[in-house]
Order: sequence, then structure tokens, then C-alpha cells
Amino acid sequence: MLSTTRDFKSNARTALGDAQLQRALSGLPGGLVAQRTAARARLPEFEDLREVGKQIRDHALDHLDVYLETWEAKAKAAGAHVHWASTAKDARDIILKICRDADAKLVTKGKSMVSEEIALNACLEEAGVTVAETDLGEYIIQIRGEHPSHIIAPSIHVTKEEVEKDFRRVHTHLAKDRVLEEPATLVDEARQVLREKYARADVGITGANFLIAETGSSIIVTNEGNGDLTQSLARVHVVITSIDRVIPTMEDVSSILRLLARSATGQEFSTYTTFSTGPRRAEDPDGPEAYHVVLLDNGRSEILGSELREVLRCIRCGACMNHCPVYNAIGGHAYGWVYPGPIGAVLTPSLIGVKEAGHLPNASTFCGRCEQVCPMKIPLPKLMRQHREAEFRQGEGLGFAARQGLAVWGFVARRPRLYHLANRLAVRALAIWSGGAGAIRRLPLAGGWTKHRDFPAPQGHTFQQLWAEAKKGVPR
Amino acid sequence: MSPRDQILGAVRKSLGVDRADARTTAARKAVASARLAAHQRHPLPGRVAGKSADDLVGVLRAQLTASAVTIVDVARLADVPAAVSGYLRAQNLPQRVRFGADETLAGLPWASAATLEVTRGRAALSDEVGVSMPVAGVAETGTLVLASGPENPVTLNFVPETHVVVLEASRIVAGYEDAFALVRERFGEGVMPRTVNMISGPSRTGDIGGRIVMGAHGPRRMCVVLVGAP
Repeated sequence: MLSTTRDFKSNARTALGDAQLQRALSGLPGGLVAQRTAARARLPEFEDLREVGKQIRDHALDHLDVYLETWEAKAKAAGAHVHWASTAKDARDIILKICRDADAKLVTKGKSMVSEEIALNACLEEAGVTVAETDLGEYIIQIRGEHPSHIIAPSIHVTKEEVEKDFRRVHTHLAKDRVLEEPATLVDEARQVLREKYARADVGITGANFLIAETGSSIIVTNEGNGDLTQSLARVHVVITSIDRVIPTMEDVSSILRLLARSATGQEFSTYTTFSTGPRRAEDPDGPEAYHVVLLDNGRSEILGSELREVLRCIRCGACMNHCPVYNAIGGHAYGWVYPGPIGAVLTPSLIGVKEAGHLPNASTFCGRCEQVCPMKIPLPKLMRQHREAEFRQGEGLGFAARQGLAVWGFVARRPRLYHLANRLAVRALAIWSGGAGAIRRLPLAGGWTKHRDFPAPQGHTFQQLWAEAKKGVPR
Repeated sequence: MSPRDQILGAVRKSLGVDRADARTTAARKAVASARLAAHQRHPLPGRVAGKSADDLVGVLRAQLTASAVTIVDVARLADVPAAVSGYLRAQNLPQRVRFGADETLAGLPWASAATLEVTRGRAALSDEVGVSMPVAGVAETGTLVLASGPENPVTLNFVPETHVVVLEASRIVAGYEDAFALVRERFGEGVMPRTVNMISGPSRTGDIGGRIVMGAHGPRRMCVVLVGAP
């Protein structure tokens, strides 16, 4: 996928001013946050499980070469074709060849972020293969000519009214005067449109949430069942995934699955978790005749050896973006590439370079909620800071104004008396400026901040003053 | 160098592993093999850990209900056809079901439900009701574990609008690990059928306006016929 990450600042500005987008964003991630909180409350072991999950992933990554070889041997024994792809182009070429060998006209697709990463759809369409996205969210953005704005809810930026408009525009074979207001009616229409495609498809492409070394399986987790119809009704099943997905045993994946749905949507368990191993057996009445797995590296082996290794523990639940104030304000598209939110801010510069994506790790308040909710305990703020440092070392970072500002701050911060005096004056000035209100709506020199939100007004004392008073026992 | 060797070489380099160092290589392989062989379990959630069979049935019922699954209780396997027929009637659905070559299902007295028409084999797009037997029912989240094959063709789980699963009480287990142990028992160590499907309720989506709607692509409704459960 082509990146517009370089334009993050203007992307973000556009997103903040986009009323339609802001309306779509206003309720949705908040709902997921509340649902996750409720799911976590129903499972008292949740925090212990996070530690278990982290250890499993660390162990798997520490032995990644061994588990990949084990997985490959098992998968091949079950009749799988295993392909290794160093780059996005290699992966595209492999899948295109599989489609050509199968004489494919129509490809159905389950949701796959790796397929976005390698820009698979454009490549197949260019070669004359029709691609039908079958995940409802993916289908919606496909007919809109867009990319996912969230890793598990790709159309989270689209309102119901827009979906209705798009369906009327695209499904021209249906009655013009049909009533389409309810979400259920829209879902039903998409169901009818996609249903006949599954059986007609020559190749069904899915991603994989995990690979299991013990059995040579690939796993997909969905709620709709589209990934299952995709893989079980097409003649050929192709799995596109990356080398970091391997988990040792069924017991290990059991623990990780307990975290995945709860972190993602707040469900106890996703509706469908499917382990696929090889093509249909001789005695099977259904299932694909061939099963291919394409293992993409695309820079991951390098991340493994870097200080960013921990990001590879990610299980792509999306909790970090749901809880991110930046994501909630601007949505996923502003990030400019495949992976938005905090995970994108770490992964994107690692995969396409700090030069291209240096803005992302800088667009964080370091509030730390992402790390708090990450089921794999990935220290996302720390990893973003490492990108910032790398960017600074490469001289890509700070502009003239920022350097001057930091120099002034450094001068003051090294002189405690001056620092406290400046703080006291600033706090007093802001309190007066606010006119006694709790928030400041407009602030000179900080228009960029107050344009989109209020600045909380100080109460008139600095933290240091309050601390000193508290020590003296001054009642508050 | 093949892409495979190149990628594995890059992985080893990043891990600081020298392949020429036979002792380290053997030791790392041994660690992995031991883990694969041991099937060591991590702690089970307290809601099912160490619970009695009766308690597990209770958890399973609550979880199935929360996932919008209809539960129909019967005392014996022989009562299943009448229960299926009754469920279909209550839902105003056609009295026509399809199932695979499963011996238990085949051995049921389907003729006892006079109105019920039975067909066999994989699902066709026109099928409205599929009936399956699972390997296990996992109490902790009300998850049914099914294995594909001629006995229970995988298409029956996803193509018909209604999915009926006949779950014997003896197949109710605490956690996913217990279900996988049963899969291992049936198919062998490290061997899987083409698909193992973990199913927790009817198909659903939240992709339009964030509201959950049932019947996205798979079944719109699901019924578990519980056999011999307290």
C-alpha cells in the first residue's frame, strides 16, 4: 500500500475538520472501550493471563526459527504448500502465480491486514482477477475505494447513512425504492450480494491470526463467518500471513485466545475461531483442493534483532487504538499507512522507515493507556520514544523553532529558582486568563491546541506549592 | 539462496544464533521439542477450574444464552429428532435438515419425527438447516468445537441459515485445552482434520453503525440440543 504517512500533519488537520468523520468516530471506539472493561471485569484472571500471553510470545520469538521450521514440516505433512516471501513484491508475485495456475477469475477474500500491507487487491485487479472482499467492513470500504481505518473494524469511519448511499450506488440490480434504513437490512443486503460469490470463487484468500507449530495449522478469528465460507467453498485456499505469527502449542494458543476477543471487542470469545490444516482430505465432501500459506517477512526479521523486538508480540486486537486519544480524534486514515494507532506508530516506522513515518511516534501524548490495555504488555510508549531518538540521531527530527524552544526550556529547567518563579507566574496568569472558568477556550501562542479542545485552567497554585503546603499540614 | 533460507538466516542473525554452533542449535531445538511434547497447560479461568460436571453445565448454559444460542434439553439421544422438529416448528422454519455421515446422528430415530425430511452430505446453498455433532462443548465461553470430515462436513456449520448442534452432556469440558485433548485423542498427536471450528453462537457483525446484527454471512440462528444434561 502506498504511504501518505509523510503528510500526517495535514492528514490529521483534515480529519479533525471532517464533520462526517468526527460523527462516525464520536461513539464507536468508546463503545469498544466500555465492552473491553466489562469483559475484563468478568474474568478476574485477566491480568495474570496478560503475563502468560507475553511469556508465550517472547518464548516463541526467541525460538522463531525453530518454530517456523517445525510449523512448516507439519503443514507440509498435511499437504500444505508453503511459500516464503522476503518482500511485499515477492508475496504478491507468489499469490498472483497461484491465481494464474488456478485460472482464477474471481477471488473471495477474508479480512487480512497483511494483504493490505502488500497491496494485494490492486495487484490482482491489475492482472484481471476480480477481488471480492467478504468481511462486511472490508466490503464497504472496497466499494468506497478506501482502505481500512481500524485493524479489526475497517469501516469504523463510515456512518450507517453513508453505507446506505454506497449500497444504493453499487447494488443497481436491486429495486430503487427498497427500504434500507436499519443496519439489519443493510447487513442482509450485503449477505445476499456476497453469498453467491463464495461458491463461484476460484481462490479464497484469508489471513491468519496465528500459526500453530505443533499441528502446522493456521488460525482465523472472525465474527461473521465470511472467512470460513471463503476458505471452504473456493477451490484453492491461500493464507497470507507473516513470520511472527507462530505459536508453539494448542495450549499456548488457548491462553492467547482468552485475551484476544476480550481485548478487541469485549466479547467472551469471537464467534468463529477456525484452525485450518492442509487441503480437503481424500474422504472429505467439502473444502479446498489446495491449501497455500505465504509467509511474509517484509522487515520483521530485522525488527526481531532491534530494540523494537517487543512489538512483534502484537496479536492485532486493536485495543491500543480504541484507547488512544490521538486515534479517537483523527481516526485511522490520517496515519497514512496500513496500521493506525499506537501499534501503527511503532510498526509503521519499523516497516517503511523513520524517514517516511517519523511523524507517527511524535503524534503521541505518551499518556500510556495503550500499554496499560495491551494484552501482550507491549511497552508502546517506550518503543515510540526509541523511534523518536532514532529520528533525532538521523537529524530528521526537530525544526528550528522546536530546537530554540527546548533550549529555552533547558536553560530555565536547570535553574530551580527561576523555574519555580516562571511556573508560579504562568499558573497565576493562566488562572486569571481563564476568568474563573474551569477551562480556557483560546490561548495566545497555543492556538493549535485550543482550536480543537479547551485547555484546562490551573487552580492558582503550582504542584510544588501544593506539596509544600500539604507537608506543612495546610488543610485543603 | 532460497527465500526460505534467507529469511530463516535473517531470523537467526537477529536472534544472535550461530547455526554452526551445533550444541546451541541442538539445545534450542530440544527446548522447542520438549514444549511441543509436554502440552503444558497454563492456568484455567476460575469460573471453570476444578468445577464439578454439574457446575460446568451451568456455566455452559449461561454462556450459550449470552451468545444468543437457543438451548433445547432432551433426556436421551432418541429424543433428538422430535426436539429438532419442535424447535424448527417454533421458529417457523421448514421441516428439512441435512447432516453428514456421523454414526450417532445416522442412528437416531428420525422417522419418529414424521414431518421431518432428512438429507445427507455437504451443505448446498439452498439448505436451510444443518445438524452437527461436536467433538466437545467448552463451558468457559459456551464454545462448540467441531471437526470437519465426512461425518460432519464443515459447510453445514456455515452455509445453512440455521445450525443445530447435538451436544451430549458427556462431551462438556471445562476449557479449550480439554477440547483440544479430545481432538488429539481422535486424530492423533499433532494431527488435525482440515478444519477444527470453534463456534460460539450465530454469525454476527458490528460493521454498520457499531450495532451488533445477527446473521452476517453464516447462520442467523443456532440451537444446541443438550442431551442428558442436569
